[in-house]
Amino acid sequence: MQALSHKRVRETVGGALMLLIGIGSAWGGSRYSIGTLSRMGPGFFPLALGVILALTGVVLIVLAQVAAPEAPRQLLPPEWRGWLCIVLAVIAFGVIGRYGGLVPATFATVFISALGERQNTLKSAVLLGLLMVAFCLLVFIWGLQIQFPLFTWGGR
Amino acid sequence: MIEKSLLDLWYGFGVALQLHNLMWSFFGVLVGNLIGVLPGMGALTAISMLLPLTYTLHPVPAILMLAGIFYGSQYGGAIGAILLNMPSHPPHAVTCLDGYPMTKQGKGGTALGITMIASFFAASFGIIVMIFASPALVAVAFKFGPTEMFSIMLLGLLAGATMARGSPIKGVAMTTVGLLIGVVGTDVNSGVQRFTFGFPELSDRVELVALAMGLFGIGDFLLSVNRMHFISTTGTKVRLRDMRPSKAELKQSFMPMLRGTLIGTLFGAMPGTGPTITTFIAYAVERRISKTPERFGHGALEGVAAPEASSHSKTQVDFIPTMSIGIPGDAVMALLLGALIIQGIQPGPQLISEHPDLFWGLIASFWVGNVLLVILNVPMIGVWVKLLAVPFRYMYPCALFFIAIGVYSTNNSLFDVYEVLVFGVVGAVLLALDFPVAPILLGYVLGPLVEENFRRALLLSRGDMSVFVERPISAVFITICTLLVAGQLFFAARAALRKRRGGPVAQLPPLAAMHEVPDLD
Repeated sequence: MQALSHKRVRETVGGALMLLIGIGSAWGGSRYSIGTLSRMGPGFFPLALGVILALTGVVLIVLAQVAAPEAPRQLLPPEWRGWLCIVLAVIAFGVIGRYGGLVPATFATVFISALGERQNTLKSAVLLGLLMVAFCLLVFIWGLQIQFPLFTWGGR
Repeated sequence: MIEKSLLDLWYGFGVALQLHNLMWSFFGVLVGNLIGVLPGMGALTAISMLLPLTYTLHPVPAILMLAGIFYGSQYGGAIGAILLNMPSHPPHAVTCLDGYPMTKQGKGGTALGITMIASFFAASFGIIVMIFASPALVAVAFKFGPTEMFSIMLLGLLAGATMARGSPIKGVAMTTVGLLIGVVGTDVNSGVQRFTFGFPELSDRVELVALAMGLFGIGDFLLSVNRMHFISTTGTKVRLRDMRPSKAELKQSFMPMLRGTLIGTLFGAMPGTGPTITTFIAYAVERRISKTPERFGHGALEGVAAPEASSHSKTQVDFIPTMSIGIPGDAVMALLLGALIIQGIQPGPQLISEHPDLFWGLIASFWVGNVLLVILNVPMIGVWVKLLAVPFRYMYPCALFFIAIGVYSTNNSLFDVYEVLVFGVVGAVLLALDFPVAPILLGYVLGPLVEENFRRALLLSRGDMSVFVERPISAVFITICTLLVAGQLFFAARAALRKRRGGPVAQLPPLAAMHEVPDLD
């Protein structure tokens, strides 16, 4: 992680990522029929894009190696708690929304993501969750009438 | 020609002032302003969060509302920049430079008042340009075949990728990623399912809202969690009468306003130039021609008026290529274009004649909306200042929930919720590696059109690639593309040479505040 404070490392990692996605897309595209220039198949466009992307990746990697070294940038410490809570909150909306309904899903999403901030207390997270449930019922169910069962049990 | 435009405009006012449309326009401006004021929320977040609301609406109120959100949030962003030195949206970073010192001198109200006048003036100018330029552009665009369409889209994509802030090569990479995301789904020509990985939900393309909210919402939250800190708003009380600038101040800011407007108009006409670069250049020009450049950075009124005017006129002019040829200039326009397509309206030269109510109604509503914005902000300024104090730790859980339910309501499917999460994580990783993410959206929206026109052009030419340079209009676009790339290479080489020699590297005004702002445009 700490290595990312150096621009050279960041650029190389970014370039490698682009190279990887590019090769993947080109390979994926080449599995569909490619056709000819005058009659292109569905694989032509993704194959071409994949090649272009892989090339930009190569250029990025090369430029990173030849560029003059720069002073490392101060990296903020990783925020595992916040990241985990945000990801879990969105997953919770999907899973609880399916097996429990909108009301518990709303509460869970707001509650879990609120816990991601260290300054939020358990009490304020619960309060925020309850407030959002009330708001959600008012706006999304009563106002916009979206199709989402409030409570279910065992999936739908 | 002029008479007809004025007559059409009159008709447009009739549409925009219908109570139903007016109501949605007002709602858009209000909510846009509100979200724009909130720390860390820009126009892209505001539009993508509220896009699902428009699905049930008729196209005209839907687009009026989205446009209202756009300029409402733009104005809202200026409030945070001036009063709290907090650029909630990158284009306003430059407004902080002189707006915040003015607040510290107790002239924050004046800065806000001037901003309001500058935005209204610039927007009006942009609207007038739009009224006369759009029909002219349409007349040209009707001559476009697939060859020309491909070339102009290539130009738009290339400009969007290379002229934004940051490394041009990274911009190209992100545009390509966007085009690849646009490939996902059923191929219209052959019916083949491409890159769906066995998910039937993906056969109908990646969801626009999920992509936008992932990149600009969740991606941003992942980077800001626990890193945004509460900012005190004490000492930033703004009263109504503070906002009225004196005659001398008005006179002092008139010319900068005009220059800013012209710069914005010029840059709006160039596809792909982001709003941030426009405001930076407007600021740099003001400082360069000022007789007292040392005042800049210490509360110079000109440093507020010019950038704000430029961003608002650019906003209006940006609508011209979007509405009349169907080619968006930046990510916000791409989002609006996506909204139109969802409504079943294909933007293009035929839009003005097929949906005159939409086009002229939109133009008239810009004026109506800007008047609403002024009326709204005079009494509400106190409320906005209070909103600025809402801590991020209360705001983002609610925003996260809005994102989840908004993306669900697009198709009433929980699959889209997971989709938004994936794009959020991807966006955060890319932002952390210094990639600009806005070109992804541009590439995604234009992707299918680019592919379709590329295929059709080469089908018509029997596979002969030289058709792109043989047809005159297309040749012009390709030439500009080449010049653009050559210019970028030249500047990059020159900068590298200077660096090696240890000489000074030409730079825009240094901005400490910018480093903390993710590169969203």
